[in-house]
Amino acid sequence: MSTATPDAYRLLGRRIPYVEGPLKVTGRAEYTDDIQRPGMLVGRLLRSPWPHARLRSLDVSAARALPGVHAVLTGERYPTPFGVLPITHDETAIAVDKARYIGDIIAAVAAQDERTAEAALSLIHADVEPLPEYSDPRGGVSPVPEPIHARGLAGSNIQKEVLQHFGDVDAAIARAAATTRVRGTFAGVTHAFTEPMATVAEATPDGRLTVWSATQVPHYLHRALSEVLGIPMHRIRVIKPEVGGGFGGKSDPLPHEIVCAALAIETGRPVKILFDREDVFFTNHGRHPTQNDVRVAAEADGTLLAYDIEALIDGGAWSSFGTVTTYYNGVLAMGPYRVPNFRYKGRRVYTTKPPSGAMRAHGGTNIRYSIEVALDMLAEKVGLDPFALREKNALPPNSTTVNEFRITSTSFRQCLAAAREKSGWDRKFRQLPYGRGVGLGCGFYISGSNSPIHFTPKMPQSTVHLKVDMDGGIAVQSMQADIGQGSNTLLAAIVAEVLGVDLERVHVQRVDSDVSPVDLGSYSSRVTFMMGNAARAAAEQLKGKLVVAAAELLARRPEEIAVGHERFEIANDPATGVSFLEALHKAMESTGALTVSGSFQTKPVGGTFKGARAGTAPAYSFAAYVAEVDVDVETGEYRVVKIWAAFDCGRALNRLAVEGQIEGSIHMGLGQVMGESMNYRGSRLFNPSLLEYKIPMPQQMPEVEILLVGEDDPEGPFGAKEAGEGPLIATLPAIGNALYDAIGVRFTELPITPDRVLRGLDQRHAEHRSWKGD
Amino acid sequence: MARSGPLRFQLNGHPVEVPCEEARVLLDLVREDLRLTGTKRGCDLGTCGCCTVLLDGRPTLSCLTLARLVEGRSVVTVEGASPPQGLSPVQKAFVELGATQCGFCTPGFVLTATALLRSSPHPSREEIERAISGNLCRCTGYLKIIEAIQAAAEVR
Repeated sequence: MSTATPDAYRLLGRRIPYVEGPLKVTGRAEYTDDIQRPGMLVGRLLRSPWPHARLRSLDVSAARALPGVHAVLTGERYPTPFGVLPITHDETAIAVDKARYIGDIIAAVAAQDERTAEAALSLIHADVEPLPEYSDPRGGVSPVPEPIHARGLAGSNIQKEVLQHFGDVDAAIARAAATTRVRGTFAGVTHAFTEPMATVAEATPDGRLTVWSATQVPHYLHRALSEVLGIPMHRIRVIKPEVGGGFGGKSDPLPHEIVCAALAIETGRPVKILFDREDVFFTNHGRHPTQNDVRVAAEADGTLLAYDIEALIDGGAWSSFGTVTTYYNGVLAMGPYRVPNFRYKGRRVYTTKPPSGAMRAHGGTNIRYSIEVALDMLAEKVGLDPFALREKNALPPNSTTVNEFRITSTSFRQCLAAAREKSGWDRKFRQLPYGRGVGLGCGFYISGSNSPIHFTPKMPQSTVHLKVDMDGGIAVQSMQADIGQGSNTLLAAIVAEVLGVDLERVHVQRVDSDVSPVDLGSYSSRVTFMMGNAARAAAEQLKGKLVVAAAELLARRPEEIAVGHERFEIANDPATGVSFLEALHKAMESTGALTVSGSFQTKPVGGTFKGARAGTAPAYSFAAYVAEVDVDVETGEYRVVKIWAAFDCGRALNRLAVEGQIEGSIHMGLGQVMGESMNYRGSRLFNPSLLEYKIPMPQQMPEVEILLVGEDDPEGPFGAKEAGEGPLIATLPAIGNALYDAIGVRFTELPITPDRVLRGLDQRHAEHRSWKGD
Repeated sequence: MARSGPLRFQLNGHPVEVPCEEARVLLDLVREDLRLTGTKRGCDLGTCGCCTVLLDGRPTLSCLTLARLVEGRSVVTVEGASPPQGLSPVQKAFVELGATQCGFCTPGFVLTATALLRSSPHPSREEIERAISGNLCRCTGYLKIIEAIQAAAEVR
């Protein structure tokens, strides 16, 4: 029942080193930029220096005439719009009529080398009419003279508006004994993965197109290439080499991927487009700059009555995942507590800035910060310990939220208990000396979206194929995308577990649309739950065939056969058995190589109202983190000393990977709290480098104590749930609330930089509010 | 400096002689001309450390190093830090303790750690943190990397 017993399985539950680790430590793992094709050209992109401009004409004749230039492309050649969500196709491979942000692609060149390509770009002359710049989403909520997109709501720049109301929030607030309110402001942050985007494309005389790309979702890229280029999917082959981090930033099909393919088609030569770091920053798709306004109402004993939430989300130039983002900024406030009345008004507004999109813990991070700070304030107001307030309101297992999320397993109470005990909370909270403090932050997150983005054709969310031939090697074919999170290792371990074989017998093949069955890839924390279940189903089928063969060899009935280590044996006589290879070769007698297919489909869950699908998932992870901080009240600098991270991912199937995800999530959350910020002057991003956009240094990382307390999920593979995104969310409010405990200042604007700490202290002093003797 | 003849230096323990323009950067020479793609291009600005190589044993950002400057010197890339079979103690520790995730920063970390343990066989945690502070990792939060370097130090 509990993951505290790793011995329940031979392999799963242990610390399993990543299967591709040896290739990565020796530099032998192949990333997209490592791919070299004969006669390969260099693709380069001309980016708009204007935040918003009508493209009257582009003169590319001089660029085309430059020796060494093989092709120059402009927008009208491939004008079919695309986008990650089928309902918001508002991007084109190259800008067609307008440039919509500084960095928008307005032309592309393929040339024999980098220098020639750069020279060609400088020869392109654009005749443009500048249009109004819209850098502040507040200015875009009402009709504007020149909407960024024609599809903006009623002549405004609103890309998506969500209005939801469950119960009666006004009545609940009216009878509440206590209310608190947080107006949160969040700078945009970005993924900052180390591998810049890269794509290689090659069109061959057999009428096929091959695209290698640094992508998290090969299938979405496959679809977008087909739609925009007008080539049937079966004539396009998408290959995903190793990917150097994604965190959501490589989940949209991106314009440069399509441009690269288009250049390969135009020139008949292989083409590579490699981003420099500025390209990466301008492409962005990171976490949205957001303002939210959260009101929380409760009875005198702390029982929650209502949430009333508004969010204004700065979308940048494209929709990307924005419709989902808009829902998530409200509905991902629902857990991990019971909230009987709920109202949400969310608006995502186009601006003339680099597009925002999905970033780790997409849509659940900023709203969670404001909620958890509001709850901390509420606990203080009603005289409850922050833990007691959460315990009182925790969603129980097998419950339903007011917006009809189906909650099955939750070990949230166990998370609270573990974090409270291990952190020494009861002797620290409000008792540490001035400048030192502890804070609690909680969260929950989806284990994959219950509804896939694409519904046509209707098919399982995940499919895994296994192929085993006479050599006894088991090939796993799937379109999951290992981007460093360890999904190859997970699938291999699940297959090895079911079949009783050693891990080295299992090989996860590189994602290749020619052989990998369609799957929706790596985002929304879906891989462990969905691909894991599909891999298990496939392995069970293979086991079935091998057991029948073993039974025949042993002259027993299949029901009498058990799986041993690298062998099949008689259940009540384990000394008698046949080896894995003997059973395999017997099973192959009539069919040759064995191939099986396993799949996973989510059950229908959730309500039927508009937007009901947003935030539904087959399961949810839960978290309770305590952070301890140490503030230098003279300089405003602070250190996060330690984080106790209690997390419910069901059964942790690979402890090493779960720990890696939690530690990496904490690092990323720490960055958003302590200093990461996409800094804009108007619409111009002015820190597009890793020098000026600083992620936390090793010295800034706190000690992390991981407390895995989850119980088996009833539908997860071997009881597992996600651990890739949920671990980020609780980090931010735990630190924010710890700063309050340390110095008595509430921070509602992220990042919390030292100057903001000093300003907060000045403000408190000006209000003559004393704190812990200061 | 203004030489246009072939460039001669020791690469991973072997002498090499390659044509090299004056303005060629070491990263381009190693990755593009010599096709040793274990050295990664993360930013081209000296901010990420993915292109780290060892120049006369010291971790060096190859994207900020003119190739001509290595004339007559020794350059070790991640390919040269790996034994012909198996893994070095640093590499083994990185694998076993999960210090790789996406792996893009890993070659740089392996070289930085290798150099650190050569100059300081039993480094303190602070020394390790200082040594790796020029290498960015966005996946691990550095904790498993530090653990792996500590473990490799114990093996030695």
